[in-house]
Amino acid sequence: MHELIKTNKTIPFMRFRWGAWLVSGFLLIASIASLAVNQLNWGLDFTGGTVIEVGYERDANLSEIRSTLDSNGFPGAVVQNFGTQKDVLIRIEPQEDVNAQEVGESILQLLKNTADGEVTMRRIEFVGPQVGEQLTEQGGLAMLTALICILIYIAIRFEWRLAIGAVGGLAHDVILTLGLFSVLGLEFDLTVLAALLAVIGYSINDTVVVCDRIRENFRKYRKGDAEEIINGALTDTMSRTVITSLTTILVLLALFFLGGALIHGFATALLFGVIVGTYSSIYIASSLALALGVSREDLMPPEVEKEGEDLEMMP
Amino acid sequence: MLNKFPLWKNLMVIVILAVAAVYALPNLYGEDYAVQVSATRTTVVDTQVMGQVEETLKEIDVTPKAMALEDGQLLVRLSSDSEQLRAREAILQALGNDYIVALNLAPATPDWLEAMGATPMKLGLDLRGGVHFLMEVDMNEAMRKIVGQMRDTVRLDLREERIRYSSVERDGNDVVVRVRKAEDFADAVRVLDRAYEGFVLIEDEAAQKITLRMTEAKIAETKDYAISQNVTILRNRVNELGVAEPVVQRQGADRIVVQLPGVQDTARAKEILGATATLEFRLVDDENSVREAEQGRVPFGSEMYPNRNGGNVLLKEEVILTGDHIVNASSGFDENQRPQVNISLDGTGGEKMSLATRDNVGKPMATLFIEFKATGERDANDNIVFERHEEVINVATIQARLGSSFRITGLDSPQEAQNLALLLRAGALIAPIQIVEERTVGPSLGQENIEMGMQAIIWGFVLVLGFMVMYYKKFGMVANLALASNLVLIVGVMSLIPGATLTLPGMAGIVLTVGMAVDANVLIFERIREEIKANRSPQQAIHHGYDSALSTIADANITTLIAAIILFAVGTGPIKGFAVTLAIGIVTSMFTSIVGTRAVINAVWGGKRIDKLSV
Repeated sequence: MHELIKTNKTIPFMRFRWGAWLVSGFLLIASIASLAVNQLNWGLDFTGGTVIEVGYERDANLSEIRSTLDSNGFPGAVVQNFGTQKDVLIRIEPQEDVNAQEVGESILQLLKNTADGEVTMRRIEFVGPQVGEQLTEQGGLAMLTALICILIYIAIRFEWRLAIGAVGGLAHDVILTLGLFSVLGLEFDLTVLAALLAVIGYSINDTVVVCDRIRENFRKYRKGDAEEIINGALTDTMSRTVITSLTTILVLLALFFLGGALIHGFATALLFGVIVGTYSSIYIASSLALALGVSREDLMPPEVEKEGEDLEMMP
Repeated sequence: MLNKFPLWKNLMVIVILAVAAVYALPNLYGEDYAVQVSATRTTVVDTQVMGQVEETLKEIDVTPKAMALEDGQLLVRLSSDSEQLRAREAILQALGNDYIVALNLAPATPDWLEAMGATPMKLGLDLRGGVHFLMEVDMNEAMRKIVGQMRDTVRLDLREERIRYSSVERDGNDVVVRVRKAEDFADAVRVLDRAYEGFVLIEDEAAQKITLRMTEAKIAETKDYAISQNVTILRNRVNELGVAEPVVQRQGADRIVVQLPGVQDTARAKEILGATATLEFRLVDDENSVREAEQGRVPFGSEMYPNRNGGNVLLKEEVILTGDHIVNASSGFDENQRPQVNISLDGTGGEKMSLATRDNVGKPMATLFIEFKATGERDANDNIVFERHEEVINVATIQARLGSSFRITGLDSPQEAQNLALLLRAGALIAPIQIVEERTVGPSLGQENIEMGMQAIIWGFVLVLGFMVMYYKKFGMVANLALASNLVLIVGVMSLIPGATLTLPGMAGIVLTVGMAVDANVLIFERIREEIKANRSPQQAIHHGYDSALSTIADANITTLIAAIILFAVGTGPIKGFAVTLAIGIVTSMFTSIVGTRAVINAVWGGKRIDKLSV
């Protein structure tokens, strides 16, 4: 059989945990700093405003479009290619004095009149500022609710130290992905928010598999301290972790390259999130649980002990 | 030991997959270009219309693939989009404005599948092209109107009882009454305490102040009314647009979603949706003859208007009252079980009506409905030309002096009463609406999105299949079988659930599911490998592998499901689509990768002695 990871020995993962803490700590601080300084490049869904995507017959002349818009009462319009050289995306911030609902049509008309050759409307989106504000609130709330629900579920199914480790790992993934979007200035729109929740879903999947093994090994092996047990569990699940990440990354690459410009942000967030999520389920979740002092006694099934006592009491 | 599934388990797997396959099947047949003819409020689509359409198509040399009359709608299937456009043009000309002729894409599902209720997945606007509007109802305005009306009524009632007040003013959702003299306070309370519906009285004798406060129930009712009124009006207007399968839906407390698939001309859509309608009550000029007016001799001081039920009516020029004074109109029955419409006016409206009807008891009064409709043409300045469309919707005899609430009786049917009430309300929007979000997707982009989404799904699928066979050999092939069945199951379930819509992020969700669904099999197969390493027999390895992986898989998937459900609860439109495919994918993948693969593995390897497993 093929094996990605060939080992009969336990890999001492936890020995390197201080290094991992250092790396993660640095990345977290960098992400938070970037979020504080650069903030996020909020997409239309959150800021409100108008986006117009048009298709030209030939490669579009962006500077000409810019000057046309400038001289016709739309200064400060962001004009960029979208996907191909022929497609142009124009974004206009919400304006106070003009009737925002008509901005899209008037720009489309303007471009049709000034361009030589056909201009096709591909997409017009208008979002009122009040809708955007609500969305930001709802999005943040959704993220928090998801984390809390998962925390409760794992605390009930496993143990509170593992639950905190798992949710700590999730928060780590979310913050780093947000940081990536902030550092690179990628647009953060609704699909990216969805991707973040999918990252939470994926990363928790990974973490649960590891936690499950940690619990199982604690019960199975009577010897060994917490660090050894965790190392063993991580080694046992290593090849599964790598393979699942690999297949997921494979499909995400397909999505990234073939899915089109509209879901580029989505694919980027997930690709990065899955890689970070894989790392965090190995290092952050379990080492956090270890630091919190998870031990064999915490993970023993209570029913079994009771049954044992009953048996001893019998004459 | 041997690994065998009981017969019922094998049957269950087969039946579930077969059912899913049947319901997924319609998605393979694609769609026909079609023209859909439906009736407006005054007409019906019957076999006669069908014959007329058939004639028209013959004239322009277009042979339809099929024609069907169903639920009062005629669906003409055509073989190309150019034929579709020509056919629509010709049918529109032949039938005139009394019918709605819309372009549509009709699923080309074979009859035997349709008979089983199998239909293709619904596509979201980002894949189909079309317009999505989110409208917000101005609730403050609605409240302002209701409370303002209350203030007018209170003033009128106090004046009638000759109680002198220093002020009656609106304060938020309250009406505050200040009495001039202390001795009037008790009288004022007595008058106002006759319980205005939906208001409670708060007395403050020291300040000589009485506050009428709107109850929570009344506030909720008012808001509800404002929304449902707007929904009704929008529905009527959307019908005028000639759109196949439009959606007009309430969303949350004060918003309305309007989705118009296939519509590209948003300017026109917006103008029709935003068109204002108004009403006028006028006295009928019964001294002059309509016939003479029809010949061009309209008497001075009168105007002629068409009657909704045919013919013309001569009306006096003076307007008694305009529709913005109407607060509510509802249909019902009178003491003799005859249909009627109840109308309530605001305070000023009541006074005007009372004044105008005092000297005209016994005379006929008409209700004139005025609507601005976009004609679809543009003037020299490229502005859309509006047409003022006026018609008399009702003529009734004034039985007595009317006040702020009166009724129109003598209607022919409950249906007519309902229509009249609807039109009266349409002319009296209590709260204006505003577009707060608009998304238009062109047809070329929609098609492109579908193609790119499909490409991503196919490539992702192929890559994962290749990897699994390479890594897990024959067991990998079993996992691939599960993966393929999983895709069929997702499509089948999506087609079955009426509310599920496929969007571009939804397609991304399917791609992601393909990548993550193998996880369960990876977990199981890794366990089996471990068991083999621990020197268990192949059959024991299979058994223990599945058993010990089960709880892990369940825990991992339930936590992901939690994230998907929260996404569904919070998201809108395309994001909801993503959450739906993700959640469905999690459930179906658990079934195929645990039960499905076990059935295959048991059938192939489970029933015999083997020494080696290809895993």
